[in-house]
Amino acid sequence: MKDDFLVFDHVTKRFGALTAVNDVSLTVNRGEFFSLLGPSGCGKTTLLRMLGGFERPDSGRIYLEGKDITDLPPNRRRVHTVFQNYALFPTMTIWDNIAFSLKLAHMDGKEIEEKVEEILEMIQMSDQAWKYPSQLSGGQKQRVAIARALVDRPQVLLLDEPLAALDLKLRQHMLLELDTIHDQVGITFLYVTHDQGEAMSLSDRIAVINRGKIEQLDGPAKIYEAPASRFVASFIGDTNFISGEIVSVEGDYCFIKTDGFAQIKAFNDKNLATGQRVGLSVRPEKIRVTLSPPPPEKGAAINVFPSTVKDIVYQGVYTKYWLDANGVRISALKPHSRFLLDQEAITWNDKVFVWWHPDDGYMVEEDDV
Amino acid sequence: MVGVRNKLREVGLTMPSFLWLSFFFVVPTVIVLSIAFHAASPDGGIAPGFTLATWRSISNPNYPAIVWRTIWISALTTFFCVILSLPCAYAIARMTTKWRAAVAGLIMLPFWTSFIVRVFAWRTLLNPEGFLQGLLSSIGIIDQSVSLNYNSGAILVVSVYSFLPFAIMPIYAAAEKFDFSLLEAARDLGARSFFAFRKIFLPGVRRGVISAVLMVFIPAIGSYVIPDLVGGTDSELIGNKIYQRTFPDRNLPHASALAGLTAVAVLLPLGCVAWWMKRQDEREAKRLAEATSRRISGGAA
Repeated sequence: MKDDFLVFDHVTKRFGALTAVNDVSLTVNRGEFFSLLGPSGCGKTTLLRMLGGFERPDSGRIYLEGKDITDLPPNRRRVHTVFQNYALFPTMTIWDNIAFSLKLAHMDGKEIEEKVEEILEMIQMSDQAWKYPSQLSGGQKQRVAIARALVDRPQVLLLDEPLAALDLKLRQHMLLELDTIHDQVGITFLYVTHDQGEAMSLSDRIAVINRGKIEQLDGPAKIYEAPASRFVASFIGDTNFISGEIVSVEGDYCFIKTDGFAQIKAFNDKNLATGQRVGLSVRPEKIRVTLSPPPPEKGAAINVFPSTVKDIVYQGVYTKYWLDANGVRISALKPHSRFLLDQEAITWNDKVFVWWHPDDGYMVEEDDV
Repeated sequence: MVGVRNKLREVGLTMPSFLWLSFFFVVPTVIVLSIAFHAASPDGGIAPGFTLATWRSISNPNYPAIVWRTIWISALTTFFCVILSLPCAYAIARMTTKWRAAVAGLIMLPFWTSFIVRVFAWRTLLNPEGFLQGLLSSIGIIDQSVSLNYNSGAILVVSVYSFLPFAIMPIYAAAEKFDFSLLEAARDLGARSFFAFRKIFLPGVRRGVISAVLMVFIPAIGSYVIPDLVGGTDSELIGNKIYQRTFPDRNLPHASALAGLTAVAVLLPLGCVAWWMKRQDEREAKRLAEATSRRISGGAA
């Protein structure tokens, strides 16, 4: 384990009565874009600060390239942080900000000049080098903060919610830019965010964190399609989460009896036995909503439930329906095609059919409460 | 029309403070300085007629020495106050809000006691029979024969004590607005903590430091209670001389001339500092302009 690139080994950190990070172990590979994703206060920033050297774990060790760095002060780690508020030095020019770490390393003037010019080129800000941070826009500050942290090629770049302070358009632009920069420099990025969209579009792997513990560590698709827990299923994107109990198993599939709703057929990939309590997650975009029943040849193989339309939210890319199926609230997304020609538009209080393929539901084991 | 209205509003708003300063600051100063051009009358008043005799008499070699000592002690007082205030202000600014208020209150607490009483307390502390003398000589730091009281050293210690809150408060006000994540950023990029303090924190609270220097240096130049109570005969400051000429000697022209001298003594060093800082800024601006033009022409090539 210690031979891996970056290792958190059973790390725990408490603040008074609060356990911010609870016995976390994880391994990050060299060159990886790794995200720590979770709601605010889940301990992701504390993990990052421990790696940066700003907090010391109460127990556990942190290894970087085989070296125990747990007790090293921040200035003795080759790990740099891009702070959420950028933390650019206001009394220094952009040039001096970027050259800060190089000067501290006592690099000679010529070399500093070359390196700063090179990275300014990369962030396309060569003509702004002599401005002060207060003269820059949010996106430009962000780029300078990244350049300042990357210029002396750290072993790991830590990014603490770097896009949180930017507006939506700029955020999307910076997402692409971050991706490009990561590809260019080949340095390991450790990215902290509460925004699942950011984490999904950038990361090689994501650790979903809740209450100081890792709930799931997987690639983005795996986390979305096969959430390990109820928390992951509901934190990453939207989902319909239905609790029930397995009443019978038929080959690869099983039937779940839900409270007051119906029997649902689901793919039993974990080979769960009859009697197991489960939570079934069905993503809204996988649920079809139609006025007429689904074609009969599909009828037996899929889940079909008659429902009533309760609410309709038109969102451009798709329309969101809130439905009442036997007292259970279901949400479904429907993308548009030939929208204006649709003669049979679904409207409030329509009786409709809600259906999905059993493979589109994903089961999570739930303990008896 | 709008321009005229704005102008009127501007004049209207600035007029009260302008008049106030004119009547209660400029006019008295002019009166005080003009007194120095008259002779003293035997009854302690001001004799009519114009004379430069007073100005000639303050060219007495005693006075430059006193002025020099005053500037020197004031400068040292300012230096120690600022040096002590920096870590103090830094520490307070990093406390939680509750503690900050409490500690700021403690710093202001001495002001509830009369200034003169506090200086008298120091006189007792520094007395040859006093607590400090006993303590320090019993540890062996000083000889029993060394006097703590009635010398320039005593003036310096008591001045630093008295003016310290005036230095802490402006620096603390600046430190409170300082973004401490900048220090983390500096540490993150490889700076040791003292380097980060010097290169990032110090420039960050520059304005507070400048205010502190003014808040300490100016009253220190004019102080006369402290040197009067804890200073010795060979450590008189300009303030004592002005007092002596005004009351025991009842020579107002002479006192006025010394006051004028003190004003010059304050304004000259401050003017030099202001000039130097302005020049630094201009140089920096010029450097930036040159660098930018070099970059643009370099980029075009």
